[in-house]
Amino acid sequence: MTITNSTEISFECETGNYHTFCPISCVAWLYQKIEDSFFLVIGTKTCGYFLQNSMGVMIFSEPRYAMAELEEADISAQLKDYEELKRLCLKIKKDRNPSVIFWIGTCTTEIIKMDLEGMAPKLESEIDIPIVVARANGLDYAFTQGEDTVLAAIAQRCCEKITNLKENYNIFYSFINFGKKKINASVDEQKQVNHSPLILFGSLPEPIIRQLTLELKKQQIKISGWLPSKRYIELPILKEGGFVCSVHPYLSRTATVLIRKGKCKLINAPFPIGPDGTKAWIEKICSALDVTPIGLDEREKQIWESLEEYTQLIKGKTVFFMGDNLLETSLARFLIRCGMIVYEIGIPYMDKRFQAAELALLQKTCLETGVPIPTIVEKPDNHNQINRIMELRPDLVITGMAHANPLEARGINTKWSVEFIFEQIHGFVNAKNILKLITRPLLRNQKLKALGWQNF
Amino acid sequence: MKLAYWMYAGPAHIGTLRIVSSFKNVHAIMHAPLGDDYFNVMRSMLERERNFTPVTTSVVDRHVLARGSQDKIVNNINRKDKEETPDLIVLTPTCTSSILQEDLENFVERASMESTADVLLADVNHYRVNELEAADRTLEQIVRFYLEKAKKENQLCLEKTEKPSVNIIGITNLGFHHQHDCRELKKLFADLDIQINVIMPETAAVTDLKYLTRAWFNIIPYREIGLLTAQYLKKEYGMSYIDINPIGLIETVRFLTTIQKCLNQSINCIESKDLVLNNIQIFLKNTWFNNDYNKQICNPIGKKTIVFGSSTHAASLTKILTKEMGIHVLCSGTYCVYDKDWFFEQVLHFCNKILITEDHTKIGDFIAKSEPNAILGTQMERHLGKRLNIPCGVISAPVHIQNFPLSYKPFIGFEGIKHICDLIYNCFTFGISHSLLSIFEQKQINTTKINQINENIDLIWDIEAQNELKKIPGFVRGRIQRNIEILAREKNINLINVEVLYALKEIVADN
Repeated sequence: MTITNSTEISFECETGNYHTFCPISCVAWLYQKIEDSFFLVIGTKTCGYFLQNSMGVMIFSEPRYAMAELEEADISAQLKDYEELKRLCLKIKKDRNPSVIFWIGTCTTEIIKMDLEGMAPKLESEIDIPIVVARANGLDYAFTQGEDTVLAAIAQRCCEKITNLKENYNIFYSFINFGKKKINASVDEQKQVNHSPLILFGSLPEPIIRQLTLELKKQQIKISGWLPSKRYIELPILKEGGFVCSVHPYLSRTATVLIRKGKCKLINAPFPIGPDGTKAWIEKICSALDVTPIGLDEREKQIWESLEEYTQLIKGKTVFFMGDNLLETSLARFLIRCGMIVYEIGIPYMDKRFQAAELALLQKTCLETGVPIPTIVEKPDNHNQINRIMELRPDLVITGMAHANPLEARGINTKWSVEFIFEQIHGFVNAKNILKLITRPLLRNQKLKALGWQNF
Repeated sequence: MKLAYWMYAGPAHIGTLRIVSSFKNVHAIMHAPLGDDYFNVMRSMLERERNFTPVTTSVVDRHVLARGSQDKIVNNINRKDKEETPDLIVLTPTCTSSILQEDLENFVERASMESTADVLLADVNHYRVNELEAADRTLEQIVRFYLEKAKKENQLCLEKTEKPSVNIIGITNLGFHHQHDCRELKKLFADLDIQINVIMPETAAVTDLKYLTRAWFNIIPYREIGLLTAQYLKKEYGMSYIDINPIGLIETVRFLTTIQKCLNQSINCIESKDLVLNNIQIFLKNTWFNNDYNKQICNPIGKKTIVFGSSTHAASLTKILTKEMGIHVLCSGTYCVYDKDWFFEQVLHFCNKILITEDHTKIGDFIAKSEPNAILGTQMERHLGKRLNIPCGVISAPVHIQNFPLSYKPFIGFEGIKHICDLIYNCFTFGISHSLLSIFEQKQINTTKINQINENIDLIWDIEAQNELKKIPGFVRGRIQRNIEILAREKNINLINVEVLYALKEIVADN
């Protein structure tokens, strides 16, 4: 079964018949993050229907995204792709005037082999707006990996800029930023250690960025830039030999681009999810930058103390990750540290190299807490998983909405996995949010227990 | 290529899946890339479904792209056959997979040789039909398949039932108030002493379909789904059908009298007149039509409105508003462009303008220009109304979770008209009370502001912290600010900067 007594993590791979969101869903949070962008998803009605329904009320707030809906004439190549895209992009330019247009390639553009990467530079110079192409399709990727494809494409741009426009851009930036406070403008520059430049990558809401910036500032570390930045025109400038570090576990392609094309050094750290992860993340960054960390143990201890009312609730409880968003390893590691027992970590895709530090921390956590090391199931098969769940009857299943209601009806507590994507979960401060999400269904069902309605 | 932000009707496979998953013990296998199974999420979430949605995907990935599906689909079909033992498995292509032009028909044939379940390939063109047309077609396809099968096996029941009986065709899951409408129809037929032969696709098993022909006649409560099936049954088996949508008092009465006429041709057995009179009397007694207070204060007669939705609901509501309530319909419209002639004919005399379009900006522009007192439309119109401060009642799909109420809210029949009256009436009164409220509110704001300023005197927020505070969503900002300030005073902090803000926020975040 899924529990072994080995001290090594075991990996399995199933059929890949599982539910997850299409990677184009990343436009939902990325258009909000990059304020001067416009996302054009080139696909069919199916893509549009998915976005319209999954984005919920966001769709009514005039989002800076649209579908370029392919019609029969596009598929059968009766219409010229280039002319069609030009027409739409000109309209977008006129109506919204963005600083960048992202073309999100979909399954259909893959199958009909629409040469988006080839057309973009030509059209870009013709209409005078940067066009960045990301292939976030369901043939190759799952859910959050969509962000990875977009950030990898942006990283590519940053790398090109180093070689082409470095000087120009520096002048340009100092002009743009003139008179404007930078994120770390309040940081007392003298107090800081002189370390190699550090760029963090991964899209996070502005408050978390500020929180993480402050945490690193306490270690006298300065962040030179974020990928993505708040505005496309403020993209960070990569320096050869500079350090980069990720905040999300699903950004392996972006990391590859930054290492290979940007000649940056990747700090392979666990991800800043949970106080244990955040501490390990900061420690790794410190050690890479040759900075001695100060007061981290105390800070972590203090956060754990503040979490106690929640950890008491979940101690010894069992949890099963069905897997759909790639945050699973980090969350499982944190929950094990909280005292939970993880039966299975389902995950769409596991990059063992990129997640190496996270996996090592998972293993260490299991050994230290004396909990069996869970199996990591890549490309899971939902049908088999449901059978395993019914057999193991875990206290909590973390799963998508397709399975949540049916599992609840069978007396199994569930937590909707997508909420971890949209809730603030990074850093010391937000560890509590994770536990709030985890304990909410447990508490609710505990309250309803007296009614005796669990068995259906 | 078309720039699109919003679509009223979904892609074709959604229609097929709605039909397939409405039947009992039928499984759909989508030939689709990862993530196209969003239907399962919608069904589970909107219908609050207690069972696993019987839809799985045979995933199209890089390998399939390079080498074709080969045995994958056949294996997936046979696997489902063993796991779930369904009566029927429907292979459903999607927009994406249909351009791969694999010979799915061949896979279906191969799979059905091994499986105990019947296997069908959903026969819809994903670039030519939408959700509703596809649903209509798939239903007809399944009915045709099972009637022909029964015929071949000599199991078709052509003998009519002893007492008058009816098939209700077109009740599906994810349909707008379909569950409630179905219950109302059952009640209506029970009152008329007409047996219900088969309700489909919802609640029916495909093994029931061979009994379809035993009914005396068919009804199609909704224009969009079921018409093809009814036409097929008429052509092949001479079954008459009634396609009046029994929404609104007048149409319900017409529906009932047509049924009576239809049955009286063969046998004179029921009397619906009493039922009709009885119900109308109860209805008139109970409703606001006769209430003096409402007549004077909030009478909507002569008020202006705009109707937009699926052809069934938009047409029915237009008729109710003009004929039964005396409300002025400025514009009536539908997104069922493929069926525009029918719609045109239905509402021709009941509105100033007819708008048949799939483009939500056209309706938005018209609403903004004509400033109606209320809108009756879909979720999209509700949000347009919100932006323009015009109240809106939702009368048609596309739907949200709030359009799947737990309480009994049919649109059809006598109970339906009560619900519709509430909806329309509330729309108009909401508009009135809203404007009254805003007059009073303005006065209150002034006093609360002064209180806040007094409290703030001993505390200073630096500019950065103020900016940070502004980023907190408005509806909780006040509370968080207050909590932080209370805490700051406790700790004798006078100046709040970003660092202090976050430290304090960590502490107050729980409360």
